[in-house]
Amino acid sequence: MAKLLWLMLEGTLTSLRIFFLTLLFALPLGLLVAKGRMSKHRIISSLVNGYIMIMRGTPLILQLIFVYFAPYYVLGASADRFTAVIIAYVINYAAYFAEIYRGGIQSIPQGQLEASSVLGFTKVHTFTHIVMPQVIKRIMPAMGNEVITLVKDTALAQTIGVAELFRVAQNAAAREFSTMPIFIAGVFYFVMNAIVSKSFDFIERKLDYYR
Amino acid sequence: MAVITVAHVRKSFGTLEVLKDISFSLEKGEVLSVIGPSGSGKSTLLRCITNLEQIDSGTITIGSDTLVNQGVYADKTTISRIRLQVGLVFQNFNLFPHFSVLRNITEAQVHVLKSPKADAADTAMDLLKKMGLSDKASAYPYQLSGGQQQRVSIARALALRPQVLCFDEPTSALDPELTGEILAVIKELATEHMTMMVVTHEMAFARDISNRVIFMDDGLIVEEGSPEQVFSNTTNERTKRFLNRFGN
Repeated sequence: MAKLLWLMLEGTLTSLRIFFLTLLFALPLGLLVAKGRMSKHRIISSLVNGYIMIMRGTPLILQLIFVYFAPYYVLGASADRFTAVIIAYVINYAAYFAEIYRGGIQSIPQGQLEASSVLGFTKVHTFTHIVMPQVIKRIMPAMGNEVITLVKDTALAQTIGVAELFRVAQNAAAREFSTMPIFIAGVFYFVMNAIVSKSFDFIERKLDYYR
Repeated sequence: MAVITVAHVRKSFGTLEVLKDISFSLEKGEVLSVIGPSGSGKSTLLRCITNLEQIDSGTITIGSDTLVNQGVYADKTTISRIRLQVGLVFQNFNLFPHFSVLRNITEAQVHVLKSPKADAADTAMDLLKKMGLSDKASAYPYQLSGGQQQRVSIARALALRPQVLCFDEPTSALDPELTGEILAVIKELATEHMTMMVVTHEMAFARDISNRVIFMDDGLIVEEGSPEQVFSNTTNERTKRFLNRFGN
């Protein structure tokens, strides 16, 4: 039993690496994608819109397989499995984050931009000091949902053979002819998401100093 | 010396022409009220002067800088310089909700004028005192009444020491009691010879504080003159009809 838990903790560590690396890259990339989506240039906005449609319109598991195998057929070589997972997750989650950012940015009243303009703020200052702080507060609930989904989506990484928590649990289940490891994995995911949702509650409370 | 000179300004939104050959000037220390029915173009005129809207043709000069010369806009640096000369107070305040009252007033001083933080805070506290809001420096906008929020936004505009302060229907979002609060502040600024351009529906107020009144209708300046002339001695039929509705 101790050995099983130890193995599962190792699997959890892989899941957490996927989780944090995805957030690290997808959060900023999503903002860039949102900017592209809102671009006044028709070509840029429709290209970005096409990318978002594909990312949201096809299964993540398929994208994962595509990112891992497509380079092999085209270039004769693949990225290593873990890197492929990170690339697939980042481009997928960036699309979802982008739409959340866009909703937040577009919900900021025009008057905030006009006041910034009249006061002489640069565009960058307006975006970083006036718009984004208000956007972050508004998108927290939607982001919470998405991040919780990401925790559970890490389980898909096993599709291309990355031994994350769920794969470890399944292997153990097969070895020991018992479904117990799978239920234990369920508890692991639940605990991780409890932490995620508590963290979001905490941030939302922190941002509650204004309306 | 003219602080604002507007000559032959035209502006359309699509096929709708909202400003049709507008010309006027505003002298230093003068208070100009712009009155007229909704949709007459008075707010648009103010937004063109504060560069929130771009005109199609005509010339706008602020102080010694030309913002737009016969439809051609100045370069970015000139525009940024001009922008600081003209303050604007909005109808619905547009305070930054995530900043304290103090930071609403210091932010532009620090990041645009590059004043040291302590100096900016001193300026802000002086202005808040003048607005009767010394105790609200650390409050957030949502904790204030509409009248208090509008006074903060006036302080925010004054903090940049503009040559001219523009008001876009500053009391339209306020109840009569709070309206009085704001009008008192504007009146006080007038006694200090602050150059102001006020778009308003408060006729009695316009009459009281202005040196000059412009009546606009349908994108045109119908009449321009002293308050006595426009409010009491007008011979213009359109002006009469408009003022009658206010019981003048």
